[in-house]
Amino acid sequence: MTSASTLQTSSAAGSRGPDNDIIVDVRDVHYAVNARPIFNGISLTIRRGRITAIMGPSGTGKSTLLRLITAQIQPDRGSIVVWGNDLSTLKPAEIYGLRKRMGMLFQQGALLTDLNVFENVAFPLREHTKLPEPVIRTLVLTKLHAVGLRGAADLMPAELSGGMARRVALARAIVMDPDVLIYDEPFVGLDPISLGVILRLIRSMNEGLGITSIVVSHDVQELSTIAHDSYLLSGGRVVAAGTPQELAASTSDEVRQFMTGSDDGPVPFHYPAPDYVEQLFGNARGGRR
Amino acid sequence: MSAANDTNLIVRFVRTVGQSALFLLSLLRHVIPALARPRLVVHQIYNAGARSLIVIMLSGFFVGAVLGLQGFDLLQRFGSEEALGVAAALGLLKELSPVVTALLFAGRAGTSLTSEIGLMRATEQLQAMEVMAVDPMRYVAAPRFIGGIVAMPLLAAVFSIVGLYGAQLVGVQLMGVDPGSFWSQMQSAVELNDVTEGVIKSLVFGVACSLIAVFEGYHATPTAEGVGLATTRTVVASSVLTLLLDLMMTAAFL
Repeated sequence: MTSASTLQTSSAAGSRGPDNDIIVDVRDVHYAVNARPIFNGISLTIRRGRITAIMGPSGTGKSTLLRLITAQIQPDRGSIVVWGNDLSTLKPAEIYGLRKRMGMLFQQGALLTDLNVFENVAFPLREHTKLPEPVIRTLVLTKLHAVGLRGAADLMPAELSGGMARRVALARAIVMDPDVLIYDEPFVGLDPISLGVILRLIRSMNEGLGITSIVVSHDVQELSTIAHDSYLLSGGRVVAAGTPQELAASTSDEVRQFMTGSDDGPVPFHYPAPDYVEQLFGNARGGRR
Repeated sequence: MSAANDTNLIVRFVRTVGQSALFLLSLLRHVIPALARPRLVVHQIYNAGARSLIVIMLSGFFVGAVLGLQGFDLLQRFGSEEALGVAAALGLLKELSPVVTALLFAGRAGTSLTSEIGLMRATEQLQAMEVMAVDPMRYVAAPRFIGGIVAMPLLAAVFSIVGLYGAQLVGVQLMGVDPGSFWSQMQSAVELNDVTEGVIKSLVFGVACSLIAVFEGYHATPTAEGVGLATTRTVVASSVLTLLLDLMMTAAFL
C-alpha cells in the first residue's frame, strides 16, 4: 500500500499532549429507545492516531454509539465531547463542521445508488468545496487508487461486489482527508480475501495517514490483529477495556465467552422463555397452540 | 416507532398531521438552497413530469372521449349539442384535469418518490449524507418536492389538451356535432378565471401530493415491509386529500 502512504494529510501533525490526545470522550452516557435502555452509563475515550476497537455481541448498541459520536442522535444523559466540543451545546452548522473532519464507513457502504463510483467519491468534494474539475478528478482517482479501484470509476454501485462497495465507500470517507475514520461493522459478509483487503486498508489509513480510527465490529480475531485499544460492550455498559491481548487474557466469564465465542455463558444461548417442559406439556403461554 | 404503540387513531392522526406540517415548514426552508442546484431540481421535474407523460396522455384521451360521449348524450336531450365544446372544456379545465392528474400522479410519481426515498433510508444513504455533512432535506427531499409541484400543473395542462382532442374526436368526428360551433362556443364561453381555477387547483394538489410522497418516504420504517406500507399510504392519503381539497376549493371558487 505504498500508494496510500504517499497521500499526505495535516491530521498527523497535530500538537501532542495529554489533553490533545483525546479525540472523543464519552462520559456516562445513558440512552434509551422507547423506554428500552441501550446504554446505562457508558464511558470511553478515543485517542489520537490509534485504532480503537469497539466490540460486543449483536444488539448491544455498537452502531448506536457511532450515531451518538457523530451527533445523529443525542444522549438522554451524560455528555459526548469531540475535539473538546460538547456535542449537546453545538448548533447544527457547527455539528456539520465537525462531521467534515470525520469520515464514516457504513455497514453496507451506503453508496448513493444513482451516482457512479467516481461521482460517489467526488460527492463530498462537490458539496463542500469549489475545487476545479481537474483537481476533483485527481483527488478522486488518487483515493480510488489507494483502495485499488481506480479501474472501477465508471461502474454503478449495483455492479459492485460487497467488498468493492465498501472499498469505494472507504475512498469516499477519506476524500476530504478526515482526522477520524469510523468503521461500522466493516467485515460483515465479506469473503476472506475482501476481508483481508479491508483489514489492510484500515491499518494503512492509520499508519500512512495518521487517521484516528474507530472500528465497531464483533469479529474478535480480525480486530485483535490491528487494534491498539479495545472496549467490550455488553448490556449497555463497558465490561472490559484494554489492549486486545489484555482482553484475551481476561479471567472474567463475560469477556471470555465473547473472546472465545462459546455459545453459552453469561450471555445465555436461550432467549428468556418459560420452562421448557411446562411450555410443551403444561399451561404456560407462548408459541402457537 | 412510538406512534405505532398508540392504539388511539385520533391521536395518531393528529400527530401525523402535525408532523407533516412541521415537515412542510422544514421543506419550505430548504427550497431556496435547493434551487441553487438547478440540475437536481430539473432532474426531479423530469422524473415526476416527463416520465408520467404517457400515462397522463392516455388517460386524458380516454377521459376526454368519455366526456364527449356522455356530454353529447346529455346535451342532445335538450337539443343543445353544439355546447359540447364548452361542456368538455369547462369539465376538463376546472375539474377533471387537475383531479385525475393528481390521482394518477399519486400512483405513478408519488409511489416512486416514496419508495426511492424509503430505500435510501433503508440502505443508510440518508444517514451517510448526514455524516458527510450534507443535509438530505436539501439534497434529497426539497428537489423532489419542487419537482412534483412544477410537474403537476404542466401535466394537468397536457391532460386538458389531449382530453379536448378526445372529446372533439368523439363529439365532432363520430357524433357529428358541428365543428364550428364546438370550437367557437368554447372560445366565447371559457374565461380566464376558469383556466386559473384549474391551475390553482393543480398547484395545490402538487404541493399536497409531493409533500405526502416525500414525507412518507422520509419517515418510512427502513425495512422492506415499512417501505411497502409507506408507498401504500402515499397513494391512499394523496387520493383522499386530493378529493377533499377539490371539494373545498370548488366551493370556494363558486
